[in-house]
Amino acid sequence: MARFPKPAEGSWTEHYPELGTAPVSFYDSCSPAFYALERKAIFERSWLEVGRVEQLPRNGSYFTREIQVADTSIVVVRGHDARIRAFHNLCRHRGNKLVWSDFPREETHGTCRQFVCKYHGWRYDLDGACSFVQQEGEFFGLDRSGYGLVPVHCDVWAGFIFVHLGETPRQSLRDFLGAMVGALESYPFDRLTERYGFRAVVPANWKIFLDALQEQYHAPIVHRSQRPENFDDAMQHGGFEALHYQLDGPHRMFSSPGIQPWQLPADQIKPSERLLRSGLFGPWDDSPVHPATAAVAGTRPGGHDSFGVSLFEIWPNFGIQFWQRGWYHTYHHWPISHEAHVFECNLYFAPARNARERVAHEMTSVTFKEFALQDDNLIASIQTTLGAGVLTTCPLGDQEILVRHLHKTARDQVEAYEREGGTS
Amino acid sequence: MGSNRAEPRLPSPFADLEPFAELWSLATERERYARRLASSMEEMKTFYAAMTPRLDAVLDHCDGFPLDDMPDDATRLLQLVHSFIMVSFPVEVWGRPRIPDVGDAALDRVIEPAP
Repeated sequence: MARFPKPAEGSWTEHYPELGTAPVSFYDSCSPAFYALERKAIFERSWLEVGRVEQLPRNGSYFTREIQVADTSIVVVRGHDARIRAFHNLCRHRGNKLVWSDFPREETHGTCRQFVCKYHGWRYDLDGACSFVQQEGEFFGLDRSGYGLVPVHCDVWAGFIFVHLGETPRQSLRDFLGAMVGALESYPFDRLTERYGFRAVVPANWKIFLDALQEQYHAPIVHRSQRPENFDDAMQHGGFEALHYQLDGPHRMFSSPGIQPWQLPADQIKPSERLLRSGLFGPWDDSPVHPATAAVAGTRPGGHDSFGVSLFEIWPNFGIQFWQRGWYHTYHHWPISHEAHVFECNLYFAPARNARERVAHEMTSVTFKEFALQDDNLIASIQTTLGAGVLTTCPLGDQEILVRHLHKTARDQVEAYEREGGTS
Repeated sequence: MGSNRAEPRLPSPFADLEPFAELWSLATERERYARRLASSMEEMKTFYAAMTPRLDAVLDHCDGFPLDDMPDDATRLLQLVHSFIMVSFPVEVWGRPRIPDVGDAALDRVIEPAP
């Protein structure tokens, strides 16, 4: 008997009949051939989130991103006109990497008036125009206006900077994001600027880790020892049910129930959480931004105001998870091969006004890492078994609808690309 | 080091926590996590037990300063609370420094506020 109502069709999965209910192949997550296609069909044909506007506080602020899945590095910069632009991070002369510090393969950030190539000193304005060529007279009919930096499509939504690496995006960023994600635009992202950023190289396909974040069927099992024993028993007995699942094009979301830690009996909560009034779900005390976060109904499209968290997975590799306690975090999965990716996670809180608030954020951030590390290592084990090819298909339950949707979307996009004559 | 008594690292009302400051007043999560993995349960339990009854007084002291203009000794005191949080999982939940079944997986905190 479901604790929370399901759609009239009897299940979330059957509410979206195109998904089917058959067991699913994870070939897409262990095949080098599929990965080669996925790079072109997905990562060069989708808008990709690369950073927040707060990372570019002034005109001339820039950061670079290494996008290995597309074999490129980009530089994102706020121009003298305050507009944010993105370029392939290479000099138009002989292709030297333009912006880097000490280690050419590592990302960097800073502020400058113009870009100067470290090789022969060619210079570029922040709008990409080539402004200076060393010994220009030595060249043969060189027209500098034809040698600006190679632009990358770039647009901003809700303070998130997206790029598109294709020649001509088939959709504007807003059309790509669609109605469900678009309804998050009024969330006060610009007021939640205290950031805790994590990074790991994970020995697993990007979709396999994403699966562990977009279903909570695993939570009572994998994370059982995180909690005092009594709470643990209650969780395992009940299992997990989401409040709501929703799909919109390639994007997907779920809301799950919350707990009110301060209402739990003392033996069901870590003593340090009670002392510092914070835990995985966030600080117990409201920040000044809390009312503005709670006012955004788009964070819970099922209408469940009692939600604890809602995760929106924005195609292909960007997740935003909203916590009822008035903060949010993001996930990024940047593939580096068919069996490895870079995982990034950023937690954002209202800036702490005093030591107690800072410590509450630290508590949440540390607890978050304990959970994430459990997921991280588990999925590495999945990759080793998937690669062995023992299983051809896997059954997926209704609480795994988002797993089903992710892999179907990936397969559909690769097949569409091939139908259009695309190759790896 | 040497035989001379070192300058106190913490504000004088917190002299009782002074023995922990050298090991646990650490500025970044990476340093605190590394210290946790390098520590015995006995060491962490002793530190945890010393901190627990002092948390309120420590936070009252730190809350007397703006976060962006905190004296060095108060900053080190606040870092002790961060380290208390870091050892809370081994002490309260895991019974060991490392998260079970996590092997050598790492998740580095690369961006964080100061202090």
